[in-house]
Amino acid sequence: MRILEHPILGDQPSRKKVTIDYEGKKIEAYEGEPIAAALSASGVMVFRRTKKFGEPRGISCAIGQCTDCIMKVNGIPNTRTCVTRVEAGMTVEEQR
Amino acid sequence: MEQYEFIVVGGGPSGMSGAIEAARAGVKRVAIIDENLTLGGQLVKQTHKFFGGKAHRAGERGIDIGVDMERTCGELGIEILRDTVVWGIFNHDTLALYQDHKSRRIRAKAILLSTGASENNITCPGWTLPGVMGAGAIQTMMNVHRVLPGTKILMVGSGNVGLIVSYQLVQAGAEVSAVIDILPAIGGYGVHASKITRLGIPIHVSQTLKEIRGQDRVEEAVTIEVDSSFKPIPGTEKTYPVDTVCIAVGLSPLSELAWMCGCEFRYIGELGGWVPCRRETMETTAPGIYIAGDASGIEEASTAMMTGAIAGLSVAERLGYLDPGKSKILRQEKIDGLVPFRCKYFEFRQEANQRLMEMGGVVQ
Amino acid sequence: MTNTELVSLSTRGVLTPEELRTLPGVPSDERMKRGPVAYIECADIFPCNPCESACPKGAIRIGEDITNLPVLDEDKCDGCGTCVAACPGLAIFILDMTYSETEAVVRIPYELLPVPEKDQEVSCLNREGKIVTQGRIVKTVKPKAYRKTVVVWIAVPKDLALDVRSIRV
Repeated sequence: MRILEHPILGDQPSRKKVTIDYEGKKIEAYEGEPIAAALSASGVMVFRRTKKFGEPRGISCAIGQCTDCIMKVNGIPNTRTCVTRVEAGMTVEEQR
Repeated sequence: MEQYEFIVVGGGPSGMSGAIEAARAGVKRVAIIDENLTLGGQLVKQTHKFFGGKAHRAGERGIDIGVDMERTCGELGIEILRDTVVWGIFNHDTLALYQDHKSRRIRAKAILLSTGASENNITCPGWTLPGVMGAGAIQTMMNVHRVLPGTKILMVGSGNVGLIVSYQLVQAGAEVSAVIDILPAIGGYGVHASKITRLGIPIHVSQTLKEIRGQDRVEEAVTIEVDSSFKPIPGTEKTYPVDTVCIAVGLSPLSELAWMCGCEFRYIGELGGWVPCRRETMETTAPGIYIAGDASGIEEASTAMMTGAIAGLSVAERLGYLDPGKSKILRQEKIDGLVPFRCKYFEFRQEANQRLMEMGGVVQ
Repeated sequence: MTNTELVSLSTRGVLTPEELRTLPGVPSDERMKRGPVAYIECADIFPCNPCESACPKGAIRIGEDITNLPVLDEDKCDGCGTCVAACPGLAIFILDMTYSETEAVVRIPYELLPVPEKDQEVSCLNREGKIVTQGRIVKTVKPKAYRKTVVVWIAVPKDLALDVRSIRV
């Protein structure tokens, strides 16, 4: 859910809207925000599945420390989506 | 290889304070390296007003303090390397950087490690489900990225982080079902607790997380009461239908770079675990390597600004820009600034620092 | 990390009337009958003194040791309310028991959205977060000096002025 107005932070700043490709679907995002923020705003919770048991993982530390949120971005796996910025036309895939 | 006089790794309150003091004393080539685009460290998420006195910028919101400090860095000609990760430290004077998809090395005569801390976890069944995250993590998501990953939260931990983030979650439009804590008393300040109880958020002490359930995401969290030995009491389970569980159970220093350059460490639980040994000047056992802020021991932003400043002044003296007499006087001012935060409620911090010294942790 | 002698505050986060009476920032019943006055619900001995610095009448005293609890000089205090937004803990309120025959005005610090409008009816909550009455917004004040803390004036039945500490808009 995007926070449109906030008592301390004020209204959402104006930013450039772009689209990225998530698992074949077009998702709206803001240029420069972390991929994890765009996915979270679109309701995506599962970012990857563990190799052995296929367990779901998502955002955990949100500052690039824990690698829970890693996904395949533009074909490159193990990309930390909470610190990697959205660029128009990016492809983001669940890492399995 | 590029040569600097003083490099600060981590541009949070302690790092910026260190760079500012050193630059003000006349140190020439000062640089701050930060893996983010904006400096400020944890300050960028602190939308609440700070406590303390005038010296600690009481009454100002953390976010404004961060912006103001970054502006001061610019005014003092401090170089800022943003979006840059320091992945290694060699020979006590060489830093390996990753910037713009390229790796390179730079050298410095003195280095301050102000790399902060990471959040601790609780490993109950279901702890890895999407929707379980640190309280600091959700604070980053809502206050920096303006996204709420969930709207119905159980907060685990009633220290100041748990209490403050619960309040901020309500400000962002979310609902906090309850705050729980395994200890028999609330960990944070009474005023932080009262701020949320009068909004209708109950705080339950002597409770812990038993289990988190859900299919591919958090759907409910089960708490359980504990006795005076912290053993769960069967039959006291309570189920909360939530979509998010925030964990606020303390921080641990991020001190990998200090390990890498061979600093000696001691384990002090009250300071967050393994902390580097250091002098009163904040210099570690690795010559020319200083440590400050949460990386030197978990406290808070106000003390981080002081310890960073002490390190910056010590560096200025080391590099010959401040005579030892003047440096001592200026450092004492900052040490005096620490005293209010290490007495009464916080006496344990003074005792912990004392123990660090007694364990041979402070190099004379 | 609260004062564990105050059992309700330190185990539930809620100050009881008995606990409030022990605080040096709480005015006497007699003073409250005379007009608007600050009601400082601060029981924490950590370093903090913006209330002392903010008070234009010198009515709040903390002193050189900034971990001291704020002491209210109820004769110097005229209820101007500058301290309400200055307190980082949002722990200071202004009570005016003389507002009318039947109503008192409670001024609270408020940092949520939506900000209520004048004359709007709102639910009023006590320290436990329970709705105890409906109240009427007298005014809301948000000067730049308050750094985004709004001070909301709420008219409530007199007998609930000591309980109402928050609103739900």
